[in-house]
Amino acid sequence: MATPLVVSEVAKSFTMHLRGGTLLPVIQDVNFSVKAGECVVLGGPSGAGKSSILKMLFGNYGVDCGQILVKHEDRVIDLASADPRTVIDVRRKTIGYVSQFLRVVPRVSAVDIVAEPLAARGTPIEAARARAEELLSALNLPRELWSLPPATFSGGEQQRVNIARGFITDHPILLLDEPTASLDAKNREVVIAMIEEKKQAGVALLGIFHDEDVRERVADRIIDVSGFSARKAA
Amino acid sequence: MSEQPLLKVHELSKFYGARIGCRDVSFDLWPGEVLAIVGESGSGKTTLLNCLSTRLTADVGSVEYLMRDGQYRNLATMPEAERRFLMRTDWGFVHQNPADGLRMTVSAGANVGERLMAVGERHYGRIRETAGDWLGRVEIGLDRMDDQPRAFSGGMRQRLQIARNLVTSPRLVFMDEPTGGLDVSVQARLLDLIRGLVQDLGLAVIVVTHDLAVARLLSHRMMVMKNGLVIEQGLTDRVLDDPREPYTQLLVSSILQV
Repeated sequence: MATPLVVSEVAKSFTMHLRGGTLLPVIQDVNFSVKAGECVVLGGPSGAGKSSILKMLFGNYGVDCGQILVKHEDRVIDLASADPRTVIDVRRKTIGYVSQFLRVVPRVSAVDIVAEPLAARGTPIEAARARAEELLSALNLPRELWSLPPATFSGGEQQRVNIARGFITDHPILLLDEPTASLDAKNREVVIAMIEEKKQAGVALLGIFHDEDVRERVADRIIDVSGFSARKAA
Repeated sequence: MSEQPLLKVHELSKFYGARIGCRDVSFDLWPGEVLAIVGESGSGKTTLLNCLSTRLTADVGSVEYLMRDGQYRNLATMPEAERRFLMRTDWGFVHQNPADGLRMTVSAGANVGERLMAVGERHYGRIRETAGDWLGRVEIGLDRMDDQPRAFSGGMRQRLQIARNLVTSPRLVFMDEPTGGLDVSVQARLLDLIRGLVQDLGLAVIVVTHDLAVARLLSHRMMVMKNGLVIEQGLTDRVLDDPREPYTQLLVSSILQV
């Protein structure tokens, strides 16, 4: 199967029970697919539902209807209806995610945060740490920070830890939520090169990039999310 | 993914007279899975935990456990002696108050060693060595091995209770507010420790907590309880990021941001 990710007829709304049950539609009739080795970028204005789409694909958000078909090992899974255990397995092996902000865990060092997804897939911890160090080094994170918990790091430093964590595994699908937002030009180049490498390796990438320059360089295709907007134009 | 659930819970209910303790709770727990049960005081989460761990007898429903021989056994009909053996060896129970799970007037080393003796270890040197090893894993210095937990701080007692529970390599551990009542820095250390041990040992855990941050950090899956019923359940970050039920939305929106 050359297309590891197919999204069809997905809709999502939020019901705000604390606001008198207000129904907040976000998106509807979302249809797209991402091929192996392709980088698709979600475009459109803030609030159009770009992050929501990534969160649905990663399982953080439920979906109201539709299908999210993912090639998981030798099966096809519908993430829209998969049970928690399957979603966890899909995250471990198939779908990686670089979130906008790093969720820091008290007392866990940067290098261990990065190594964790690899270790969770059975790589011996020492080998996983060595790979984590290579990535942190490539991303120019000062060596003296590697053994520290990232809670006190700057935004850009946390972002690079987050990117290293997302890129360390060879997940066939990778979701990127503004990975270059708080990076300087030099590190942005590093990330662009890393994305290129993933494409060469046949990974299907789906991302959000507000930086036009980055978007131009990584995107094979841009999907305008405002086409899926569930909010009727006033 | 071909393995079987460790625990199969079917329509479990417990009543206190006319009042509901918990009602119609059904779920499967898989090996290595961490399930958080959240809800406010009085929502029935501790009642449920106690019914699951056979500390309370449920009025309706069944709990089946996958024994090490690969057979499911109904816990309610298991002979008392066998159930006690299970609780001492293949299960752990971490109480909110360490004094409920420890023997306060015997040494730290003996607290850990006692559980080992329950699985038939008799060699003093080996017991002491294993106990010392476990104290190290929960970051208690060997120089404190012969002290009684009465002389330990709250955080140390809780770590000792965890060592006592894990020394027999249980497959299922119940935890009732394991970090409740500890100050935040002690809590962070304990959470990190629990998280690491659960990962390394592949433990299945059912943890009751009212703290959603603890649930987020530790659990894969969560159940939200209110008035004895499970009102919402699912993947932990799905429930927390996209809560559906009015009560879950209230809980999530009530978290204080630091």
